[in-house]
Amino acid sequence: MSAAETNNKKMSIIVTKGTLDWAYPPFILSTTAAAMDVEVTMFFTFYGLQLLKKDLGHLQISTLGNPAMEMPLMGMHMKMPNLVSAFPGMDAACSRMMKNLIKKKGVASIEDLREAAIDSDVKLIGCQMTLDLFEWGPEDMIDEMEIGGAATYMENALASDINLFI
Amino acid sequence: MAELDARGLNCPLPILKTKKALKDLAAGETLTVTATDPGSVKDFESFCRTTGNTLVESSEDGGTFTYIIKKS
Repeated sequence: MSAAETNNKKMSIIVTKGTLDWAYPPFILSTTAAAMDVEVTMFFTFYGLQLLKKDLGHLQISTLGNPAMEMPLMGMHMKMPNLVSAFPGMDAACSRMMKNLIKKKGVASIEDLREAAIDSDVKLIGCQMTLDLFEWGPEDMIDEMEIGGAATYMENALASDINLFI
Repeated sequence: MAELDARGLNCPLPILKTKKALKDLAAGETLTVTATDPGSVKDFESFCRTTGNTLVESSEDGGTFTYIIKKS
């Protein structure tokens, strides 16, 4: 991105959640912002680090504690009772359903969005502390990840026009 | 004239693909984008306003939206 193209606006996003549904807001916002010439840094901490794993096939959603989830099914909207999540394999099945729905509706996959983010020079910073905490090594994570701590985030956030906590 | 078919794609793909297509154009050239996402109407206005590109025309025909964008 040349200096002429950036309009000097910066955005910083802290990504704290690692489920399939929560993966969308940060990546949609970061890619769209980058498309609109904003300089974006995403700081991934705690469960957000799941989104920087090499393999994103494990991203899931749960029917537990998601009272706002209503899936379009058989012409109706079905709410998923908490109890459903107690059945083995239910989270995996629901996640598969969600991914199929996403594909059917022409919505981008998280893999595609992450690649678009990387192509648009969005900075992806992984929280060092979280990596240590959950014992994840560089071999688990994508190569484009940089490593930083809270002070790295702070410096970036102080210089940003938009700061989001997702 | 460059064309981009973004029909069947949902937000933010029409904008992302448009940005990519615009990169290959020279200043003054136009890109015609077709989309079916109704949210794209406002999005393309915002995109052009923010990036300084010109939205020459925005039209709709039976659920398909057509945007003509001139690169600044």
